[in-house]
Order: sequence, then C-alpha cells, then structure tokens
Amino acid sequence: MGFEVNVEGPRRMFCLLNENGDIVFSLSESVVTGWLVILIVLAACLILTKDLKKIPDTKRQCAAEYIVKTVNNMVSVNMDKSSLAYAPYIAAVFSYIIVGTLISMIGFRSITADISVTGALAFMTFVLVTCTKLKHMGVGGYFKQFINPLNIIGEVANPVAMALRLFGNVSGGMIITMILYAGLGAASGALYDLIGISPIENVGYVFNIFQVGIPAVLSVYFDLFSGAIQSYVFIMLTMAYIQMGKE
Amino acid sequence: MNEALLNAQATVLAGQAIGAGLAMIAGIGPGIGEGYAVGKAIETIGRQPEIKSTATSTMFIGCAVAETTGIYGLFVAIILLFANPFLKFLTGTT
Repeated sequence: MGFEVNVEGPRRMFCLLNENGDIVFSLSESVVTGWLVILIVLAACLILTKDLKKIPDTKRQCAAEYIVKTVNNMVSVNMDKSSLAYAPYIAAVFSYIIVGTLISMIGFRSITADISVTGALAFMTFVLVTCTKLKHMGVGGYFKQFINPLNIIGEVANPVAMALRLFGNVSGGMIITMILYAGLGAASGALYDLIGISPIENVGYVFNIFQVGIPAVLSVYFDLFSGAIQSYVFIMLTMAYIQMGKE
Repeated sequence: MNEALLNAQATVLAGQAIGAGLAMIAGIGPGIGEGYAVGKAIETIGRQPEIKSTATSTMFIGCAVAETTGIYGLFVAIILLFANPFLKFLTGTT
C-alpha cells in the first residue's frame, strides 16, 4: 500500500459556535484525555486509601505508605526538610505527567505530546518559583536582579526549556513509532505481494505480519523509559528551581 | 496551476527538506556529551563501587537534561517535514 505517514495534532472534540459561525469555545483531544487521566489517578487514590489502619496489614496500605515515603524522601533530599508542604504538589504533578504519558499504551494520544499541556505545567512551575522568590526577596529585591537584562532571558528560558524538553521527547517518540508502523506495514505489504496475497480494494491488507511484535520492543524505550525519565526530570527540576529561589 | 507556481512550490519543499536535514546536525552534541558523562560515571563506579545506584540515577538525570538541545533540533526538523510552515506564503496553496 505504500509508505504514508500522517502526523497530526490533537483533534477538536467539541466546539461551540456563535451566530456568525466563529468558534467561541472548543475542547481538544488532550483536554478530554486529561479528564480520563484524572479519573484514573482519582480511582487509584481512592482504592489505596480505603480502610486505613494504624498498623498496616494489607498489601494495599503498604503500597500507599511506600509511595508516600518515597515522595517525602525525594522532597526532603532535594529541598530542605522544612519544605515537606510541597510534597503533595510534587506527587500530583508527577502522577499526572506519568499517567498522561503512559496512557498511549492503551491507545489514546499522550496528553504530554501537546505543547499546550506541557506549557501549562511549566507555567505552573514558573508561577510557583516566582512567588517563592517574591516571598523571600521582596518585590524590590526581585526586580533589582533585572537591571542586567540578560537575567530576564535566563528567567524565561527555564520554564520554556522544561516545556519543550517534555513535549519534544514524548511527541518525538510518538512520531518515530508512527513512522515505524508505516514502514513495517509497507514491508509486510511487499512480502504479501511476493507471496501472492492481494489487498482488499481501497482498504489495504487485513493483517500486517511485521507490525505484530517489533513495535512493542522499541516502544519499551520510546514510551515507557523515555516518558518515565522525562517526568522524573521535570519534577527534579521543579524542586531544584524552588530550592534555588529560596536562596 | 501555472508552471511558475509549481516551480516555487518545488523550491519551497526542497528548501524544507534540506533544512530538516541540516537541523538534525544538532544530534552530534548530546551524543558526545552524554558519552563523556557515562564514561565519567563508570570511572567513578570503578573507584567506589558502593555508590553505584546513586551515580547511575544521577547520570540518567544529567543525560536527560543534556538531551534538550538535541530535542530542539528534532523539533525543528519535524515541524519542517510535517507541518510545512512556509507553503502558506505562496498564493493559492494550503
């Protein structure tokens, strides 16, 4: 059938038009998949925190305590011990990013493959760091560091780099997987032509033999490993910037 | 469509293809940098074997941050190849 790759952004799922036909309000695919991510994380939290006892005797409570211990440990190592109030925010952002990236295993489009989502997350970090700096340096002290205009670029470049890093890794992995699928489909089409099986009109082959196992092996690196590492780097950088803002 | 427009479209598309290839030269940087970082990490593990897990996880974090400029190059190449941003400057094209 040939080698055709069609890369497109998130689709528009819902829109409201006013009387001229212009779009007043629209929801994209990333927002709707984001609702599904929220439901999954909410369900996991509700399941893990049911029937808690003071001395844990179920595996579920041990898993919940392990998660809390890990996040608290990470926050107190990277920021100082008085900053444990940031731990719920860090855990929320981490679970949102990692479930949002790994949801491509089920068949949806990763929400972090959309620059709007990663930009919003980086903007949240930017607001958090700026408020921390304003609280510790005062408004005058904060603006006094911008006498040298290169500091403005350094200030803006941090969240932009965070957003672009997460977006580039996840969407690059998605595009490489799409190209791989198209290439394997073309290869199996060539094999079928050699054997003598012919495609169905305007639809293609029923079953592409090479698309069965090979993308799964590569998707361990591109989706699982890369997504997990990039979400971990995102929250480590958030914690590092907040800690730097306190000095 | 007349021939001048076809020639202009072909030129723009050729320029985009060449630009995408040149943008991927940015892949050299992270390759060299991360290889050097891994070498240093293995040297440290050889000197102090009990620190292996800390050194490995710090190395992964450092590699992920150093990968950023390579990702910028990939991002530009993908935009040029798939989004065709310059075709809208020619009249009569989508």
